[in-house]
Amino acid sequence: MNTLAKRLFGGREGLIGNLILAIILVAVLPLTLDIFRLNLVGKYLTYAFVAVGLVLLWGNAGVLSLGQGVFFGLGGYCMAMFLKLEASDPVSTKIQSTPGIPDFMDWNQLTHLPAFWVPFKSFPFATFAVLVVPAVLAYILGAAMFKRRVGGVYFAVITQAIALILSLGIDGNQGVTGGRNGITDLRTLLGWDIRSTHGQYTLYFVSVALLFACIALSRWVLSSKMGRILNAMSEKEDRVRFSGYDVSNFKIFIFCLAAAISGIGGAMFVLQVGFISPSLVGIVPSIEMVIFAAVGGKRSLLGAVYGALLVNTGKSLFSETFPQLWLYAMGGLFILVVMLMPNGLAGLWADYAKPWLRGAKNRLMERPPTGDPAPAGTATETN
Amino acid sequence: MLLAYTTSELTSIFTMQGFAGLSLFSVLLLMALGLAIIFGQMGVINMAHGEFMAAGAYTVYLCSTLTAKFAPSFQPYYFLFAIVAAFLVSGSLGWLVEWGLIRFLYKRPLDTLLATWGLSLILQQAFRSTFGAREVTPTLPDWLMGSFKPTESIDIPINGVFVMGLTLFITAVVLFYTFRTRAGLRMRATVQNRLMSSAVGINTKAVDRLTFAIGCGIAGVAGAAFTTIGSTGPDSGSRYIVDTFLVVVFGGTASLIGTMASAFGIAQTQSISEFFLQGTMGKVATLLAIVVILMIRPQGLFPSKVRRA
Amino acid sequence: MSSNTDYLLAIEDLTVSFDGFKAVDSLNLYLDQNELRVIIGPNGAGKTTVLDLICGKTHATSGSIKFRNREMLGLPEHTIVRAGIGRKFQTPSIYENLTVYENLEVSFPRGRGVFGALTFKTTAEVEERVQKVAEATFLQNYLHTEGAFLSHGQKQWLEIGMLLMQEPKIMMLDEPVAGMSPAEREQTAELLKSISVNRSILVIEHDMEFVSRIAKKVTVLHLGKILAEGGMDEIHSNQKVQDVYLGH
Repeated sequence: MNTLAKRLFGGREGLIGNLILAIILVAVLPLTLDIFRLNLVGKYLTYAFVAVGLVLLWGNAGVLSLGQGVFFGLGGYCMAMFLKLEASDPVSTKIQSTPGIPDFMDWNQLTHLPAFWVPFKSFPFATFAVLVVPAVLAYILGAAMFKRRVGGVYFAVITQAIALILSLGIDGNQGVTGGRNGITDLRTLLGWDIRSTHGQYTLYFVSVALLFACIALSRWVLSSKMGRILNAMSEKEDRVRFSGYDVSNFKIFIFCLAAAISGIGGAMFVLQVGFISPSLVGIVPSIEMVIFAAVGGKRSLLGAVYGALLVNTGKSLFSETFPQLWLYAMGGLFILVVMLMPNGLAGLWADYAKPWLRGAKNRLMERPPTGDPAPAGTATETN
Repeated sequence: MLLAYTTSELTSIFTMQGFAGLSLFSVLLLMALGLAIIFGQMGVINMAHGEFMAAGAYTVYLCSTLTAKFAPSFQPYYFLFAIVAAFLVSGSLGWLVEWGLIRFLYKRPLDTLLATWGLSLILQQAFRSTFGAREVTPTLPDWLMGSFKPTESIDIPINGVFVMGLTLFITAVVLFYTFRTRAGLRMRATVQNRLMSSAVGINTKAVDRLTFAIGCGIAGVAGAAFTTIGSTGPDSGSRYIVDTFLVVVFGGTASLIGTMASAFGIAQTQSISEFFLQGTMGKVATLLAIVVILMIRPQGLFPSKVRRA
Repeated sequence: MSSNTDYLLAIEDLTVSFDGFKAVDSLNLYLDQNELRVIIGPNGAGKTTVLDLICGKTHATSGSIKFRNREMLGLPEHTIVRAGIGRKFQTPSIYENLTVYENLEVSFPRGRGVFGALTFKTTAEVEERVQKVAEATFLQNYLHTEGAFLSHGQKQWLEIGMLLMQEPKIMMLDEPVAGMSPAEREQTAELLKSISVNRSILVIEHDMEFVSRIAKKVTVLHLGKILAEGGMDEIHSNQKVQDVYLGH
């Protein structure tokens, strides 16, 4: 298998894994679900972006961030601002006191667009911002903290504080950000209706494509020397430093990458769901995104997608039938994953299902089993 | 902004906000003390700490309703018993949690964080199912109500003073326990060198369980104190958890004095800025200030001077 | 200031105090090119602290550490490493999850920046160096074994190998034979002698037999200061050293 393909997909096993997931997302689900439910799946997939970022940041580099919702939200808000401005053209808003500005600004008696909104009239700028704003914030936070050797639980607590700051900040400035209700009533993207069935199908497939692109990019990063260094760092940071590496630079890099990927997820969320609010930015959603990665397997990029899909599907099923039980289930899931499945579903797959499959295949072919499977719990090179 | 007020108005504002800040300080300090013991001493991050506070608050509420129902004549006196009950209930819950969950996760702080978050979700839902989603308040005894007015424009609520007193008492007890009793010595020894402590015969597992339980018990008392200044709902605990962590980290996790200074500083900053900035922006400003300072000085106000090998 | 430009490593007036306790007290130590120096002394003498100070793990209170006439004090660890100083820790510090090959490859001194690490390709040069180092450290048959499965002695050798990959000018080894069998100690002595040919080595050790096998010059540390310095025989017969450390 040629090297580039190997680095993008992770070997033959990874390629098969990618294909299976692609078949599920591109063929099976669109053919079996109605557009309403497919749109839901599309929404869950946007969370998967954040989970993929966490696989890089937490699973591989060992840095737990409880504030990834911040980057998801920033990407979402950038896209939402563009869409809102498009929907607030002077003709559609002529009944407002000040036509040409978003409705919530009008309700808050603003008379002109705040300065920082103006650049978002441009689509290229908005797309650029979706990637760059989260990454720049991550750079600032990362540089401030990693250079000072703030890590582990301290870092996690501070990311929580950042999530709280941002969600409260957005909440408390209704005139400028849409406040608690967020930015709603988004209709078209460059004139193209995002709420139509056709629009939703297209956006779904675009999300899927972008997700696979992000996974391939992440796989490329992890299969480089950097991947090994990140793993070494999560295990023995000092040793890596004494091998001549500036550990903080690597952490900053991976933090920014995870932030940018999360930002893309946020933007796709806004396009598919049609709104953004601070409830997606704060502490609770940020920690939930961690559980998506944990359930799938925090070291597994494809696992992150499965984790996001499964947990969210479970959430909506439970909430419909047993709303009270859902929080118990979610809480229990956190505890279960930590105590019994530290490498998530991907870990279970590698430690139990694969050896069993190998043994079954050998028995079928009447060959003696080939050697011992890897001891349970070792870091396996999974997709 | 500040110039819009006269000096005497400003003094009154600062004093009143200062006292309002004191109530916040008390709750934060009690929560932070419990957390500082658990985190600073044991390295365990307990994301469910807020729920132990809520458990204490709900205990007081329960005492209030039970007294009202079965022993109405006891009404004026129940509160102090309720505080003790809150300590015991939260402490026992903490004991159970350490036994059932925490003790498996000592070497894995990030995992403890996630597992205790899960626990907090479970506890919150348990509160919701048992007490309902709406907020409840116990009937506070009369001697806690009202305020006294030293001057025309300064209004000092009595419950605030009571909570302050309670907080100082508990803080003194904790300091005494930690630094002057043998049990406290065992706790400090276990934290600093687990292996040696167990080699000299200290039952480190029992010490851990007790330490955790005490930390949770103090949170329960915080909850009891909290009932005097606000109503209790299933997610009341989660409202304070981030602040509490920041208080502990900001103060320097090894220092109880640092925790006190930090709680005071943060509470006052928030209280005063809440007056001048609208709504939640006061809290945002305070949080921002803390985060920025922590980024410049991550070890907190009173960092540990001991060289950890 | 006396001229210290001839020395590879010149430590002058080095002091570090922790809350008043001076772990290292106005220490002066000079290391030549291609010198193999052993530091001995009772526990608490400050031996590991000296290594910590040189490699940047601990910050000195005062003094100077000049490596090839460049001040090292205050520089971050990775800069000191890149300048050419390598450190082996007391307890073997290898990457348990990576194979011996990967452990060595990660220590190759290229691709140490973010961009370099992303685009690093294992070239023939790297493979050759890994092979050579593995042979020198008796691990050529274990290249694809995970670090976790090596014996204690092999882990020590792997860590020395990881240092060799970096091609340091000074190698600092903290108790390299602790926990090794006599046969392994012999092998390690040979290894050290062979690698000291074109670099300087600073060794901390307690095993006097091992020390006598490899040492030409010995420095004895006590209470953060130098007690005595000289060849093995000199040190052995030094009364002060006997009282404080060697016994007899």
